[in-house]
Amino acid sequence: MKIKNDVKKLMLTVSLVGLLLFLAACGSAEPEVITVVETVEVEKEVPVEVEVEVTRQVETEVEVEVTRQVEVAAEQVDIRFMGELPIDASVVMEDLLDRFESENPDINVILDNVPLSTIMESLPLQLQTGDGPDIAKVTDIGGLSEYYLDMRPYLTDPGYWEENMQTTINATNPDGLDEINGIYSDVTVTGPFINRTLFEQAGVAVPSDTSDEVTWEEWAEAARQVRDATGVDYAMAMDRSGHRFAGPAVSQGAQFFNEEGYPTIDDEGFRRMAQLMIDWHADGTMPLDVWAGGDSYQDARAEFVNSNLVLYMTGNWQIGPFTDQIGDAFDWEAVPNPCGPAACSGMPGGSVIVGIAATQYPEQVTRLMEFLAAEENYGEWAARANYIPQHEGLIESGIAYETDLPQALNAYTVFGNQTSKLAPLTYELQGYKYNSLLFNSIRDRLTQAIVGELSLDEAIERIQADVDEGLAATGE
Amino acid sequence: MSNTTKFLFRTRGTHRLHIADILMYLYLGLGTLLMFGPVLWGAVSSFKTAAELERFPPSFLPSADEKVEVEGYDSPLSLYTVTLDDGTVAELAQVRRIGIEAQFIDPVNPGELIKVHVNQTEPVRSFALQWQNYIQPLQRFQFFTFFKNSVIVTVSATLITLFINSLAAFALSKYDFRGRHIMFILILGTLMIPTTVTLVPNFLVVTTLGWSNKLIGVILPTVATPTGVFLLRQYMLTIPDDLLDAARIDGASEWRIYWQIILPLASPAIAVLAIFSVMWRWNDFLWPLVVLTQTDKFTLQMGLNMFQGQFDIQWQYLLAMSVLALLPITIIFIFLQRYITTGIASSGVKM
Amino acid sequence: MSETITQKPKKIPQLLLLPITGLLHLLMNISDLFMDFIQRRVGIQGMAYIFVLPNMVFFAMFSLLPLLINFYYAFTGGVKPLPQDRFPVGTGNFDILLECGNYLDPNSCRADLFWRGLQNTIWYVIFEVGAILIFSVLTAVILNQNIKGRGFFRSVFFYPTLLSSVVIALLWKWILQREGILNASLTPFGFEPINFLLDANWSRFWVIFIGVWAKVGFYTLIVLAGLQAIPNTLYEAAKIDGAGRGASFRHITLPLLKPSLIVVLVLTFIRAVQVFDHVFVMTGGGPGTATQYIVQYIYNIGFATSLQNFGLAAAASILLGLILVILTIIQMRVTGSGEE
Repeated sequence: MKIKNDVKKLMLTVSLVGLLLFLAACGSAEPEVITVVETVEVEKEVPVEVEVEVTRQVETEVEVEVTRQVEVAAEQVDIRFMGELPIDASVVMEDLLDRFESENPDINVILDNVPLSTIMESLPLQLQTGDGPDIAKVTDIGGLSEYYLDMRPYLTDPGYWEENMQTTINATNPDGLDEINGIYSDVTVTGPFINRTLFEQAGVAVPSDTSDEVTWEEWAEAARQVRDATGVDYAMAMDRSGHRFAGPAVSQGAQFFNEEGYPTIDDEGFRRMAQLMIDWHADGTMPLDVWAGGDSYQDARAEFVNSNLVLYMTGNWQIGPFTDQIGDAFDWEAVPNPCGPAACSGMPGGSVIVGIAATQYPEQVTRLMEFLAAEENYGEWAARANYIPQHEGLIESGIAYETDLPQALNAYTVFGNQTSKLAPLTYELQGYKYNSLLFNSIRDRLTQAIVGELSLDEAIERIQADVDEGLAATGE
Repeated sequence: MSNTTKFLFRTRGTHRLHIADILMYLYLGLGTLLMFGPVLWGAVSSFKTAAELERFPPSFLPSADEKVEVEGYDSPLSLYTVTLDDGTVAELAQVRRIGIEAQFIDPVNPGELIKVHVNQTEPVRSFALQWQNYIQPLQRFQFFTFFKNSVIVTVSATLITLFINSLAAFALSKYDFRGRHIMFILILGTLMIPTTVTLVPNFLVVTTLGWSNKLIGVILPTVATPTGVFLLRQYMLTIPDDLLDAARIDGASEWRIYWQIILPLASPAIAVLAIFSVMWRWNDFLWPLVVLTQTDKFTLQMGLNMFQGQFDIQWQYLLAMSVLALLPITIIFIFLQRYITTGIASSGVKM
Repeated sequence: MSETITQKPKKIPQLLLLPITGLLHLLMNISDLFMDFIQRRVGIQGMAYIFVLPNMVFFAMFSLLPLLINFYYAFTGGVKPLPQDRFPVGTGNFDILLECGNYLDPNSCRADLFWRGLQNTIWYVIFEVGAILIFSVLTAVILNQNIKGRGFFRSVFFYPTLLSSVVIALLWKWILQREGILNASLTPFGFEPINFLLDANWSRFWVIFIGVWAKVGFYTLIVLAGLQAIPNTLYEAAKIDGAGRGASFRHITLPLLKPSLIVVLVLTFIRAVQVFDHVFVMTGGGPGTATQYIVQYIYNIGFATSLQNFGLAAAASILLGLILVILTIIQMRVTGSGEE
C-alpha cells in the first residue's frame, strides 16, 4: 500500500513537470510556428507562376499577423542552410551570414551544421519526398543534381556566373542542362602528405626530392624504412574511401568505363592497385584500423597529427586542420601524387553549396547565393577557411590565405600544381552521376578483400555486380 | 571473530562457511566490478586531458602536467623529468616536441635548448580535474537545447504512452468484443519487426503529415508500444472482474472504472512501463536521426553522435558528454530503484 | 549499505500537491461528463472500442501503415521512396535475395551480404540467448539467497540496462581499443596488446559479450520474480526427504521456473535477432563483415547508401519477419506454452 501511494505521488509529480514543460515548450514555440504556417498556406493557394503576386500576398498576410500578434520578427523569412562544416569553416560561414542578414533584414538564415551521415543518408531521402533545407552543401554533386534550384530566373547578373564559374555549372549539370545552381564550397584534389621530420630522423632520403615521378612502390619502401628506423607505428595510410583509391588506380592504368561509357571494373590497372592495397595491409605497411575499423568513411588524421604515420594519402582539405593541429611541431609536407604506368594522378573533388528546388523562397535563396558568390565574400570564405574556390577571377588574382606557416603555403603550391597533372579520366569519373555507387562498393568490397573474406577476383566480381544491380535499380 | 568478519562470513542458516558461499560472493564481487566498472572508469576518465587519455598504460586518477613559467616564453611550459645523455636526471621544461625528439630548457637557468629522445623523458604530473571537458562542449554545442528537446520528447511521449496503452490494455483485458484477438495478435506481431527495417516507410508517413523536423514527429510514432500494451494487459487480467461488476452495480461508468479502479490497481505495472518508456525515449537514436536534421531540434543522443563523426573521436569531450547524458537517468534510478526492481519483479510474475 | 541506496524519495508536502490533485479531479470530472455521454450512446460493450481507439489509431498509422508500404516496396523496384514513382517487379527482389548456389556458402549467393548477415545473426543468437539464460538464472539464484546488500547488487546488475546503446558502444569501444584499459591491464601479465575490434573473432566475441552485459540485469529480475513465487515449503519438504542443493535445484527450481524462463527465452530471442544498435556504433559491422548482422544489412542497402534500394531492403525485412514468426511459433510449441 505504501509503495502504491509513493508511486501515485511520483506519477503526479511527473505529470506536473511534464505539463509545465509542455506549456513552456508551447509558449516559446508559438509565435514562430504560427507565422510559418500562415505563409505556407498562402503560398499553396496562389498559382506559382505569379511570383511577384505571391511575395506581396505573403507580406500583407504576414503584416496582418504582425498587428494581431505585435511580433516584429514575423517580417522575416527563415532560410535553412544544411551542411557539414568543420569548426573553423563554420565560424567563417557564420560571419558571412551575419553580414548578409544585416544587409537583408527580411531574411534570417539558420545554419544547420550536421554530421556527414545526415548529408549522405537523410538529405537524399528528404529531397525525394519534397522536403529538406533551402540551401545545402552537398558532396554527391552529380547524384543529387535533379534537386538543385535553377537560379537563372532570379539572378541579377547570370553573366558573372558563366564567366567565372562555368566549371561549377558543368559539374552541377551532369545531364547536360545549363542551370546555375550554386558555387563550389571547396575544390579538392587528393594527394599524399609526408612527415619530413621523421625522414630526417631516420636518415632516409625523401624520394620526391630527387625525382618528379616516384612510384607507389618506392614510396612504400621508403616509408617502411622510416617507420622501422624511428619506431613510429605506421608507414602509410589512406582514407577509407573509394574516391581516394580512384586516383592511384587510374595511375596504375584502371579504365573504369568501357567504350559505351558503362562502368566496368575488371582491368589490369585496377587489379594492380587493389593488390597493392591488400599487400600493404597484409605486411603491416598500412594500419588495419582505417580500412577495417568502421562502416563508412574513416580518416587517419589523428595518427598523422600525432607524428605516428610517415605517409598519409588524403587531400588538400587537410591543410587547414594540419595548420591548426600540427603547426610547426614537425615538418609536414604535401608531395606530388605518386606514379603508376599510366599517370601520376589524384582525384578532383569537392562539395558545392546549392539552392534546393523545393524551397519556398527561391528569390531569397538566390539573393543569399549571390552574396556568397560575390568576389569579395567568396574570396574571404576561401582564404579564411583554407579552401580552393572555383572562380576564375579569384584564381587569377590569387587567394590571400591567412596563414604564414611555410608548411601550409608550400602545401598550397604543391596541390595547385597537382590540378594540371590530373588524368582526364579522373574528371570523367568525378563528373559521372552515379560515381558514389562505384566508390562505395569499391570501399566495402576492397575492405572484405583486405581482411580476407574475399579473394581479389571475388571482390572485383562483386563490385561489378553491385554496380550492375544499382544501375538496374535506377532504371538506367 | 570481530563483527565485520562475522558479517562477511555469515552464511545461510548454518554457521559453517560453505564453499558455495565463497563462490557466491566472488561472483557478486566480480559481477559488480564488471557491471559497474566500465561506467565508473568512463566517468573518472572524463576528467582527464586529451593527452592523458592517450597515454598508455593509463593512470586511474586524472592528473595534469605540471607547468612552469619560463622567461621568454608566453605560455607556461610542461615540466618533465629528463634523463640526459650523460646519465644525469634533471627537471626540465619542454619547449616543443618534434617527432621522436623533444627540445627542453632549464626553467631555473634558461639558456640553450637541450635536445633529447622522447623515450628519456617523463612528464611531471599531479592530480587535477579537467573541467574544461565539460565546459567547452557546453559552450560550443547547443547542449542545453539538446537537453531540452530530449526532456520534451521523453516526458510527453511517456505520458501519452501510459495513457493510451493503459486504456487499450483495459479494453483488451476486460471486455469481450469482436476483433480483440486480432488486435492483440497484430500488436504482438509488431514486436517481431525491428523499427530499423521500416525506417523509410515510417519517414514517408511522417513527412506526409508534415512532421519532419518537428519534435512531434519523434514523439507520436513511438507512443503505441506493443510491449506496454502486453505488459499492462497481462497485469490487468489478474484484477478480479467482480470488482468491476460491483462498481457497475453502484452505477459507475466505464470511464470511472478505468481511472478509479483499474489505474490504481495496475499502478505497479504502470510504474514499470513509465520507467521503460523514459528509458526508451531518452535513449532513442536512429529514428530521431532520420526525422530531425535541424540542429536546434537535435536530441542529446544525436549530439553525442556528432562528437564521433564530425571531428575524429575526441574522447575527452565524448566521455564528458556521455556522463552528462546518463546522469539524469542514473539519478532517477538511484531514487526509484526499489520501485523499479520490485515493480518488474511483481509484474514479471504475471507475465 | 543497501539502506543508503534504497533510501525513499523525500515526501512531497501534501499542500504542494493540492493544486495538482485539484486540477486532476477537475479534469476527470469534465471527462466524466463527456465519457458518460458517449457511454449512453454506444453502451457498455461499445466503450471497449472507444478505449482501444487512440492506441489503435497511432498503431495503425505508425506500425501497420509502414508495414503495408514495406510490402508494397518489396514487390516494386526503383530508387524512389514515393509509391507512385515505383514500378512493379513481381517477386524480383525476393529472387535476388534467394538466388544461391549453395545456401551454406554466402560467396555463392547473389546477395552475399544478406546471407553473411544471416549467418552471423544465427551465431549471435545462439551465443547471446544461451549466455543470457545461464547468467540470468545464475545471478537470480544467488540474489535470491539471504545475503547482505541484496538490493545493492540487484541495482548494480540492472544498471547497464538503463544506458543508451550509443553510450554503451562508445564506452566499450574506448575500453577495448589498442591503448585502452583492457590491454593496459593485460600487458603486465605478458600479453601483447590486441586490437580487439580489428580481429574478426575477437570482435564477434565482444559484440556478444556487450549484448549480454547490457541486458542480463533485466532478465535476472524476471527470473528472480519467478524464483520468489516458488513456495519455501517445497524446499523444506525436499530437505526432509534428504535432497541436496543440486537435486532440489534440478527437481524443484527449474520446473517451477519454466514459465519465467520461457518469457526470457522468447524476449531474448526476438531481441537478439534484431541486434543492431550497439554493434553499429561500435564496429560498424567490421572488420569486413564479421559483425554485420541482418538488420544492419537491411539498414545499409535501404538507407545508408547513395542509391537506396528500398525494394531489396523491404524484401529482406519481410524474410526476416517470416523467420522470426516461424521460429517463435516453434519455440512456443516446443516449450508447450501455447495458451496465451
